[in-house]
Amino acid sequence: MLYEHELKTFVAGTTNFFEVSAQQPASIGSPYLVDDAPQLHEYTGLINITGKRDGVVYFTAPKAMLAVLLMKMQETDFSHETMRDLVGEVANTISGNARRDFGRDFVISPPSVLSGETPSIAPRPGVRSFIIPINWRSHSAKLVVSLG
Amino acid sequence: MWGASANKGRGAPPAGAAAPRAPIKMLIVDDSNIVRRRIERSQQFDNLVVIGSAANGVEALEIFAKTDPDVVTMDLTMPMMDGIECIGRMVAKRPSVRILVISALADKATAVEAMERGANGFLNKPFTDRQLNEAIEELIR
Repeated sequence: MLYEHELKTFVAGTTNFFEVSAQQPASIGSPYLVDDAPQLHEYTGLINITGKRDGVVYFTAPKAMLAVLLMKMQETDFSHETMRDLVGEVANTISGNARRDFGRDFVISPPSVLSGETPSIAPRPGVRSFIIPINWRSHSAKLVVSLG
Repeated sequence: MWGASANKGRGAPPAGAAAPRAPIKMLIVDDSNIVRRRIERSQQFDNLVVIGSAANGVEALEIFAKTDPDVVTMDLTMPMMDGIECIGRMVAKRPSVRILVISALADKATAVEAMERGANGFLNKPFTDRQLNEAIEELIR
């Protein structure tokens, strides 16, 4: 079971990145639950959580959204490596927020990045994933929280 | 203070003349290319010169030994050697170095640990240009 305050921490970490880095807030769509592995976009920044809770939290975004986000950040390099770097930084922010709010009960891995080659991340058996749509400008990404 | 090379062979500056400030040398340490470029692009101090950047603690110590920076911005979560260890080693080599931690690790325990190792300031990621410049100003004041 995922508590509302836990979900809020992960969402705040994500939206804070847009608000501060791009100076333009993101909005949240209606969260929903899925049993299967959620479909990923082109770039995904992921953190593993162990300790009091066990599972994964990840931010997955389409290339077009990341390109606009980089432009808003005054970045001029739109290479594959920079896109990976960017989703890693979003995951890093989510991780930092979680560490601040949950303390050392949650053991959070350094962020890792997936791009293209992995179509989905299988949740642990019996654990459903919360999908929170992250809407920014005309683009939509997903925050996925899958914790047992 | 007059710059040593600029003043060579000219004797002392005239009494009462405004002395040009020596540039402050800054080293940027972060495993993210985006963040390193952002810090370099956003800092707005005329007398601050970025003399190098590093993607991990090991690389940072090599550049530190070669360039002797006055100010370092330091990420904490990095491969090979993390920021906490790197801060300790830099301060052991040169206690007068000023170090600004720039990290997403926003918990109090991490900030305290960095300060205990010798960091002088802490800025949370993500940050605005204004927050960055205020933090650097605080550091070099």
